[in-house]
Amino acid sequence: MYAVLTIDAEILEAIVAHARRDHPDEACGVVAGKIGSDRPERLVEMDNAERSSTFYRFDSMEQLRVWREMDDRDEEPVVIYHSHTATGAYPSRTDVSYAGEPGAHYLLVSTRDPELTEVRSFSIVEGAVTEEPVHVVNAAVDPHAVQKYLFGQSPTTVDYECPAGA
Amino acid sequence: MSIDVRIPTILRSFTGGAKAVQGTGDTLADLLADLDAQYPGIKGRLITEEGALHRFVNVYVNDEDVRFHGGLDAKLNSGDSVTILPAVAGGAFAFAAAHALRR
Repeated sequence: MYAVLTIDAEILEAIVAHARRDHPDEACGVVAGKIGSDRPERLVEMDNAERSSTFYRFDSMEQLRVWREMDDRDEEPVVIYHSHTATGAYPSRTDVSYAGEPGAHYLLVSTRDPELTEVRSFSIVEGAVTEEPVHVVNAAVDPHAVQKYLFGQSPTTVDYECPAGA
Repeated sequence: MSIDVRIPTILRSFTGGAKAVQGTGDTLADLLADLDAQYPGIKGRLITEEGALHRFVNVYVNDEDVRFHGGLDAKLNSGDSVTILPAVAGGAFAFAAAHALRR
């Protein structure tokens, strides 16, 4: 099955803004969507309980509240995002070993460059990482907006400095 | 004595897809042993080889994080509700070992 992350431009921009705001700490959050729809609709920024530039963790009580809320609304976590502030937007060994939502798109944002934000999405299932193209919908008319992002569409053509296997 | 247990997606392969199951036990440790008897292997995903609750699994008893309320020794009563959620965590560097020591 060929997987792709389809995400609204407004939500993606809000995620990037969150990552920039929290830099150099890692930012994290979830985008909920109706179960089975694979459409991320409702952004929920989470507190990074670790407040670290190299590690993130959802506070356990906040996570319970948000997961309960999704359950009440027949939603599931469609996107789980976090930022890397000094390395590339690729899942680290830690990211892979702690990925506990097999149905979610794991969105990585790198804020290591002040001008250019790297955005890449991955499926992480039982330790296997598969990159997915990011399909942005409802992009603003500004033709320069998209140029601020670097999307990794194909692992063979994008260089990254911190591959999970290294 | 019956305790309602909510199972996260990642563990539903043990429960045949069920997101809510029933268990018994006077303590959380007893409950997990009971769940393992019903769904073999599930305990190994929740408890480490040293017999402690896995650091990156959140267990809540009646909406309280059991880490702050007795851990595996937390007392349970019939009608209690237990929720299991895999912690959402990660980061750029593999500091997992350092964090495991920080308990």
